[in-house]
Amino acid sequence: MSSDNRPSADGTDTQSTQEARLGEGVDSRFNSTLREAFGSTPFILTKFDKFMNWVRGSSMFMLQFGIACCSIEMMHTYAVKHDLDRFGAGVPRASPRQADVIIVPGTICTVSGGPFQEGYNVVKGAEEVIPCDIHVPGCPPRPEALIYGVAKLQERIANGESAPVTVKPYELEQFGDLERDELVEKLADRIDEDDLVMRYNWAESP
Amino acid sequence: MSLEEPEPDEGVIEAAEEVGVTTDGLDYDELAELVGDRLLDREEHVNAEGFVVRPDEVQDVLFDLRDEAGFDHLSCVTAQEYDDRYESIYHLKKYDDPTQELSVVVPSPTDDPRNESANPVYRTADWHEREAYDLVGIEYDDHPDLRRILLPETWQGHPLSQDFDGEEPQIVTLREHANPLQEDHRADDADTMFVNIGPHHPATHGVLHIETVLDGEQVADLEPDIGYLHRCEEQMCQQGTYRHQIMPYPDRWDYISAGILNEWAYARAAEDLADIEVPEYARVVRTMSAELCRIAAHMLAAGTFALDVIGDFTATFMYAVQQRERVQDILEDLTGQRLMFNYLRLGGVAWDVPEPREEFFEKTRDYLDDLPENVREFHNLLTSNEIMQLRTVDTGVLPPEEARSYGATGPVARGSGIDYDLRRDDPYGHYDQLDWDVVTEDGCDNYSRLLVRLREVEQSARIIEQCVDLLEDWPEEDRETQANVPRTLRPDPDTEVYRAVEAAKGELGIYIRSDGTDKPARFKIRSPCFSNLQTLPVMSEGEYIPDMIASLGSLDIVLGEVDR
Repeated sequence: MSSDNRPSADGTDTQSTQEARLGEGVDSRFNSTLREAFGSTPFILTKFDKFMNWVRGSSMFMLQFGIACCSIEMMHTYAVKHDLDRFGAGVPRASPRQADVIIVPGTICTVSGGPFQEGYNVVKGAEEVIPCDIHVPGCPPRPEALIYGVAKLQERIANGESAPVTVKPYELEQFGDLERDELVEKLADRIDEDDLVMRYNWAESP
Repeated sequence: MSLEEPEPDEGVIEAAEEVGVTTDGLDYDELAELVGDRLLDREEHVNAEGFVVRPDEVQDVLFDLRDEAGFDHLSCVTAQEYDDRYESIYHLKKYDDPTQELSVVVPSPTDDPRNESANPVYRTADWHEREAYDLVGIEYDDHPDLRRILLPETWQGHPLSQDFDGEEPQIVTLREHANPLQEDHRADDADTMFVNIGPHHPATHGVLHIETVLDGEQVADLEPDIGYLHRCEEQMCQQGTYRHQIMPYPDRWDYISAGILNEWAYARAAEDLADIEVPEYARVVRTMSAELCRIAAHMLAAGTFALDVIGDFTATFMYAVQQRERVQDILEDLTGQRLMFNYLRLGGVAWDVPEPREEFFEKTRDYLDDLPENVREFHNLLTSNEIMQLRTVDTGVLPPEEARSYGATGPVARGSGIDYDLRRDDPYGHYDQLDWDVVTEDGCDNYSRLLVRLREVEQSARIIEQCVDLLEDWPEEDRETQANVPRTLRPDPDTEVYRAVEAAKGELGIYIRSDGTDKPARFKIRSPCFSNLQTLPVMSEGEYIPDMIASLGSLDIVLGEVDR
């Protein structure tokens, strides 16, 4: 039953259990540091979700989405010196279908409208349109700040957190006392079905 | 180059016969005689005289001024609304001597603001007048295509007119946003195809949308659709006070690290408006920092051009970014910022070069010492690269007469053999006392424009080197970084000025009208990219579509400046 009964390939007894499991003719390059750390077993036990979160955070494809000044610093973040690739997030993809992360750079000026907040043609923050996970302030943020933002995002993904749905203060005020179904009904009532209307209300948006 | 006789094509006139030119500038009386009784009034602007003409005689007057008096450059069209009238101002210049300026002022009544289009005289008026219609609301008769240009088609009102209410929500029915091409349209006998290039595409250098009609692989028709990055820059500047609140915005027009060049445009216009004299030391610091910006901007132009044309993201682009990082490092030492410098002040610069000065100068010199080697590397990688040459030589041809008519400036004009550089022709700063050359190339193609940029980097390095020498030996007690400027600037009411500087992409002009308060009544930006981008159809129609991408890259547009 013991290994003593089974002589190793080269006739010595120095072979470890790990080597025995790897079998013959397997290159030592498969013996990674990670495997060393696991010791005798090549298996780890974890929750599938947790594993997937770790995987997602470790390889994020970015949407190549440059709008304005911020994207110049974004380019510098991807390029030499700052090299975002070090953090497993350096593959810009040209199509949103292939991307995991959108960095919405200014000048929708992302966090609040920035210096253009009072403009007649500027949406005051990307949060008006899509939910956001991480806000990186700055006009534009330095590459270091963007890297910090990406690192924070990885942390969140690894912890399985997702984008918060923001409720705007005036919405709370208007609909705070309504049940969920009632709220949907009420909002649906306001839509003219024959002639759907989009309201661009720059002035009132927070 | 300036000695070369213009070709006897239409729209180009002989320099010798120009009316109103005297040895010491322009004789406005003689020009007034040329305009004759079409002249209603004469106004005095800070930069030039303004000739007031009737709205239905614009074309007539402009034709005469172009053909008889030699004003071949419509630099800018400014539109504005007064309490009692609308006004369009055509800022005319000459490519041979941009200090010879004339403004043609066209008033029109408030209840029906319309005047004749200048489009038949200067092709560049097309977009400029569309912008004036879009933002201010003046109609131009005879205009080939008077639509909104910066704002969406569905926009209600004209945001820079007096009755526009910014608080009013813009309500747009979804029907108006319907995509006309959602269904696949096919015609049996058609052999062309409509392709949208952009607005989200790496080759458009930002958010530019090009509506292209292709015949096979050739471009049959092409129209740039701009305005995605319209950020109300003019409105922002009209809301800010002269002294401090406007200066941060110019950094964000041409944001490719060219901030100080843009700031200088505003500084120059405002200083002329308020009659501020900049100390010589500050002028040298400005010149040095501006040229550093130009190097950074041209480096990115070369890097992204390589990316567009030969798809080289690994070597050339990274080398270009590396160069930029070094420049940005120096500029960060000087200004405290990597990209949005906000370093110039009216009457000077924010502060002196950082202490210890020797260290700063040494760092700058180190960079300049390495630069020739690095530029040689770019020549190895790009200009002497066979694939690059195949893609760029004789593609995207922009003949000089077309470039003039479209108001092209900067490396685009210089790549078409037009010897026009405001640093030399309309001197400001310390440029006229330094030893450097204006770079021109005669090829008129994509290759020439790239070559001009790379050679200009070398000239910028020469300028910086001389500035560093000057600054190093400057006696400590004379290092005056700022003139004495009042805390609140209130220029005299109804003073008007139009001033331009040579920014990284070309002639960046600012028009300011004051109304006696501490904020400008009208602030108009003439952006070089706006005019340069207009030449894209000329360069690309009939060419292959990859050549169109190369032409777009060689124009080196920045959408922040096109859309403002």
